[in-house]
Amino acid sequence: MVQSLNRLKESPSQTAGPYVHIGLTPNFCGIPGVFEKDLGTDMVNDKTMGERITVRARVLDGTGAPLRDALIEVWQADAAGLYNSPTEIRGAADPNFTGWGRKATDMVSGECLFETIKPGRVPYKPGVLMAPHITFWIVARGINLGLQTRMYFADEEQANADDPVLARIEHRSRVPTLIAARLDDVYVFDIHLQGDKETVFFDI
Amino acid sequence: MSIDTKPNRQPEIGAFFQRDRSWHPPALTPGYKTSVLRSPQKALLSLDNTISEITGPVFGHDMLGELDNDLIHNFAKPGESAIGERIIVYGRVLDERGKGVPGALLEFWQANAGGRYRHKKEGYIAALDPNFGGCGRTITDEDGSYAFRTIKPGPYPWPNGVNDWRPAHIHFSVFGHGFAQRLITQMYFEGDPLIWLCPIVRTIPDRAAVETLIAALDMPATIPMDARAYKFDIVLRGRRSSVFENRLEGN
Repeated sequence: MVQSLNRLKESPSQTAGPYVHIGLTPNFCGIPGVFEKDLGTDMVNDKTMGERITVRARVLDGTGAPLRDALIEVWQADAAGLYNSPTEIRGAADPNFTGWGRKATDMVSGECLFETIKPGRVPYKPGVLMAPHITFWIVARGINLGLQTRMYFADEEQANADDPVLARIEHRSRVPTLIAARLDDVYVFDIHLQGDKETVFFDI
Repeated sequence: MSIDTKPNRQPEIGAFFQRDRSWHPPALTPGYKTSVLRSPQKALLSLDNTISEITGPVFGHDMLGELDNDLIHNFAKPGESAIGERIIVYGRVLDERGKGVPGALLEFWQANAGGRYRHKKEGYIAALDPNFGGCGRTITDEDGSYAFRTIKPGPYPWPNGVNDWRPAHIHFSVFGHGFAQRLITQMYFEGDPLIWLCPIVRTIPDRAAVETLIAALDMPATIPMDARAYKFDIVLRGRRSSVFENRLEGN
C-alpha cells in the first residue's frame, strides 16, 4: 500500500434545463423583484477603456435551428490584456470593466448581444502571446456539461495566425469555427453544436 | 473582494486538475432525448489551462440582498410565506483537494411544492404559488460554508418518455475562483425513488457519482417545529501548486 492522495471527485454536472433563467436571469424570464438586476447584464460603463464592440451570439443544434433556451457566459481580458480576477497577478485590471457577462438567448430569435470591449492580448506562456479572444461557456437543456469554447476576431488575421491555441487545431478547416465575422460594428459568432460546421470545443 | 484574507499568502494561481470526463455525463445520452441534437460529435480539443481559464470572476458579499438566501420569503407578500415543506439546505463548497472554497457564488433555482416552475414557457397544470418565485443565491464563507432556506420542490413531469417524472431537485450554479471551475448541477433528496428512474440522472454513468448529488437528511441540524435540514456538499476542480510553474507575469 502507498499513501492515499485523499482527493475528492468533482461534483458531476447535470444539464441546466429549460428553466435555467429562473435562477440565472430571473428578471429576463418574468420574476421581478427578487434581484435588482440580472447578474452579468452590464460589462462596461461610460469610463471603460477600450474599443466598444457588440458580440451577437447564437447557438445552433444539429439541424441548424437556433437554441432559444440557451444561456451563455463570456469571460475576457480588458483592453490592456488583464483579467479582473483575484488570481490575476500581472497587474490591476480596468476597474470599470467586469470582464464577465451573462445572457440568455432570445426566446424567439435565439440571439443574444454582449455589449463589451475588444480584449487585449494575454500570454499563453512567458513570451508567447495569444490572439485577442473571448472565452465562452454555454449551457442549455440537452447539454449535460457546460461547453467551453473561444471566440477570436476576423480582423486580427496576423495575431490569429500566430495564436498557439488555434495552432493546436489539427484539422485546419475547423479553425474558422472559432473566428467571429465582423458586420459593421458587430462581431457575429454562431456556435454550432454538431454537424459539418461544428464549433471546436475545449477540454481545458 | 479579497478571496484570501491572510496578507502573507499569495492567491493560488495554478492550473486546475483535468476534468474526469468519465465521471461526468457524456454529451450524447439518447435516453435524455434533447441531448441527441445538442451534443458535439467531434473530439474536444484538450489543453492545459491558460490564464484565460485560471482566472475568473469573483463576487463580493455586498451584492447580496437580505432575503437572497430565503426562498420562503424572497418573493412572498409581506407577512406571507411560500407553501410547502420548509427545509434548510446547507453544506460546503470544497475543491478536489478537500479545501474549502471561500467566496464562491452559488445560485439556485427550483419548482414550487407542486412541481410548478415560475417560467413563461412552463405549462404544467399544477398551480403557481403566489408567494414563491424559485430563485436564490448566496456566497460561501471563509471555510466554504453556505446555507439557504426554501421549500422542498415537488416532482415534475416532462415530455421525454411518455411518463417521465423528474425527482424532486434543486438546480445549482457554482463559481469557484477560475472560469475553468464553472459548474452547473442538480441536488436530489435522500430516499426519493424517482432518482433511479430519471433519464437525466442516468446520463451520469457511475452510480457512485450520482450518490454525490443526493443530499442527506440531517436531523441534528433540523430546527424543531420549523424546518428540516439537508446537507449538500459541492466539489469543484482542485488546482496544482504554482510554485514550480512558469509565472504568467510580464509581457
